Amino acid sequence: MVEIALPANSKIGKGVAHPAPEEAKQPRTLKIYRWNPDDAENPRVDSYTIDADDCGPMVLDALIKVKNEIDSTLTFRRSCREGICGSCAMNIDGQNTLACTKGIDEIKGDIAIYPLPHMPVIKDLVPDLSSLYAQYQAIEPWLKTDTPQPQNEWQQSREDREQLDGLYECILCACCSTSCPSYWWNSDKYLGPAVLLQAYRWLADSRDEKTGERLDDLEDPFRVYRCHTIMNCAKACPKGLSPAKAITEIKKMMVAREV
Amino acid sequence: MADMRTPLSRARGLGSAKKGTEHFWMQRVTALANIPLMMFLVGALVVHAGSDYTTMTGFLGNPFVGVLMLLLIFSACYHMRLGLQVVIEDYIHGEATKLLALIANQFFTLTIAVACALAVAKLVIG
Repeated sequence: MVEIALPANSKIGKGVAHPAPEEAKQPRTLKIYRWNPDDAENPRVDSYTIDADDCGPMVLDALIKVKNEIDSTLTFRRSCREGICGSCAMNIDGQNTLACTKGIDEIKGDIAIYPLPHMPVIKDLVPDLSSLYAQYQAIEPWLKTDTPQPQNEWQQSREDREQLDGLYECILCACCSTSCPSYWWNSDKYLGPAVLLQAYRWLADSRDEKTGERLDDLEDPFRVYRCHTIMNCAKACPKGLSPAKAITEIKKMMVAREV
Repeated sequence: MADMRTPLSRARGLGSAKKGTEHFWMQRVTALANIPLMMFLVGALVVHAGSDYTTMTGFLGNPFVGVLMLLLIFSACYHMRLGLQVVIEDYIHGEATKLLALIANQFFTLTIAVACALAVAKLVIG
């Protein structure tokens, strides 16, 4: 059955509080989930009060400030700091999003920061996404054709190219999949919104010649049909995409070839 | 023992079942059928509120009403079986428990359908 309570070793304890610097003009407190695999302790929530007046505007700026100036052991992923790499996806103020595009001033009160939900934690804010990446690999996200490679590029009309709008922008940050209860309960078999949006990106590509095989591989009570269209994915997506719509399009293709 | 399979092997698992669309489609078709049929049932119950036993059996014994009732029973029970199946698959993770629950769901919904259908048939045929 679904486990409602956390296992004993995942119960979150009280952590260390780091007070604001004395001259702080605009103190803001970050409450950050901490867990270290190297000691046997339970996770805890540490709080760090920083001066937002002396910090960049985004939550990622605040995290970097904490790591640089208060606690160098704080662990998180980040790279591009402009919403294109997807590394700094985490749960901020109760919503999965990118720390680099979430403004500190968008959040009222203390800023709660946790790793993406329902994923194994490697350390602090770093989740283990290897299962999601394997699912992505399993949908074979590349152009598949039988026609011999043309001399130049594979051609596509302007209209056909437009079919990929709203799909190609996905950065695979996993905000959507880790916000989906169906993915929480059945991520061993359900592919989840991120991977299904990617799957549809190849189903919708006019140049691909393996649409039928792709649909065969997806048609499964668990791989696709665990989606019950609750739309958490679309709400979470920091790029404003709708995985729910992509999944609906997949279902429509499946119905279209049967009915 | 630690699972030493690769993540890709686990992601591919037993492969695709290559079905599920009919379940999805029939859930929608029965949902659609349930709308007018349920409205008929609710309407009939409202109209007959406070009626005595003979009026009720007379009404339900009408062949046209009987056909609508049988359709409602079939559609609603089919829909219930599909819906409960989804709930079981979503939330019950032990393979043995899941299998037993799925079988119980089949038996339960079929029993309800047959019992209701027999009651209607008895009223119509007399």
